[in-house]
Amino acid sequence: MVTDSKAKIREFLARFFQDLNLTDDEDIFALGFINSLFAMQLVLFVESEFGFTVEDNDLDIENFRTLNAMAALIERKTAAQPIV
Amino acid sequence: MSKQIVGVVGAGVMGIGVSQSLAQAGHRVLLLDLELDILRHAKEEITKNLRLQRMLHKAANQESIGEIIERITFTTDYEPFADADFVIENVVENWDVKKGIHNKLDSICPSRAVFAANTSAISITRIGSATRRPDRVLGMHFMNPVPMKPTVEVIRGYHTSEETLTIAQNLLASMGKKGVVVNDMPGFVSNRVLMLTVNEAVYLVQDQVASAEDVDEIFRSCFGHKMGPLETADLIGLDTILYSIEVLYESFNDSKYRPCPLLKKMVDAGLYGRKNGKGFYTYR
Repeated sequence: MVTDSKAKIREFLARFFQDLNLTDDEDIFALGFINSLFAMQLVLFVESEFGFTVEDNDLDIENFRTLNAMAALIERKTAAQPIV
Repeated sequence: MSKQIVGVVGAGVMGIGVSQSLAQAGHRVLLLDLELDILRHAKEEITKNLRLQRMLHKAANQESIGEIIERITFTTDYEPFADADFVIENVVENWDVKKGIHNKLDSICPSRAVFAANTSAISITRIGSATRRPDRVLGMHFMNPVPMKPTVEVIRGYHTSEETLTIAQNLLASMGKKGVVVNDMPGFVSNRVLMLTVNEAVYLVQDQVASAEDVDEIFRSCFGHKMGPLETADLIGLDTILYSIEVLYESFNDSKYRPCPLLKKMVDAGLYGRKNGKGFYTYR
């Protein structure tokens, strides 16, 4: 599941940036060629691809800084609700 | 300042930015445009901008995005303007359109309401003459993107009163902005100098004194400007630049504002700058 989401994000990034070799914990905004406006495109992609809304409290660039951070957010938001 | 009801006419880029800033300052906003589709787009843009601010930790407070949007009434109808304390008009830079709107606002809004025209080109004194309250009409030339720009060029028309300027300054202060008051004359301060600078920079390229890159680099590196004049021209749009310099030329009848032939040629060729991908630079 986590690996799956990372692969999908990698695929999305590859559409914009060719030859991108990204490790799971690399800061994508520190690479220099991705600006903060692109962060919003990432949010919209994550929302449409994984089917949830990033709420006010999660709208934080820290949640989108690395593949690991994005995967963790997706995991948290899409985890099956416990059956009471 | 107590919370006001502020009408915003025109939901283009400027109207959207102004509405967002007002709503974030806690004011009730009436955002008016001709069609529901334009208003729907405006609401989406404001939501997107607020989310981006939140994302980049640039929001002044942690109020929810929903609450801020709630304060904006999106309307195609002038009727709610009967309660407006202040109106900021941001429609197209065309005298006939502005005249019609100010005339209408004058008949609908309470007599205490102040009208601000957000313009970079049209005479504030002339706009005032389209109303029966020229003492309560002023200019507010906001910079783009509005929520991020702390300073506004405020224009005093011939009849604009001191009280009106104070009301306007208080409203701007509540939005975290400051107004610099100047007198009414074509191009005010900002456009009169900027358009002439851009036009002359285009002459430099035309006359092969320097490339666009080198002209811009001199402004950035030697003068510490964030952007050079030709990058700025690409950002504003070369068609807008040409239009503005033509207005100055016609207003002053002074040859120093004659548009550079290369600028005209680029506009004729459809090179408008960033908005369509090519101007002095190429954009992806």
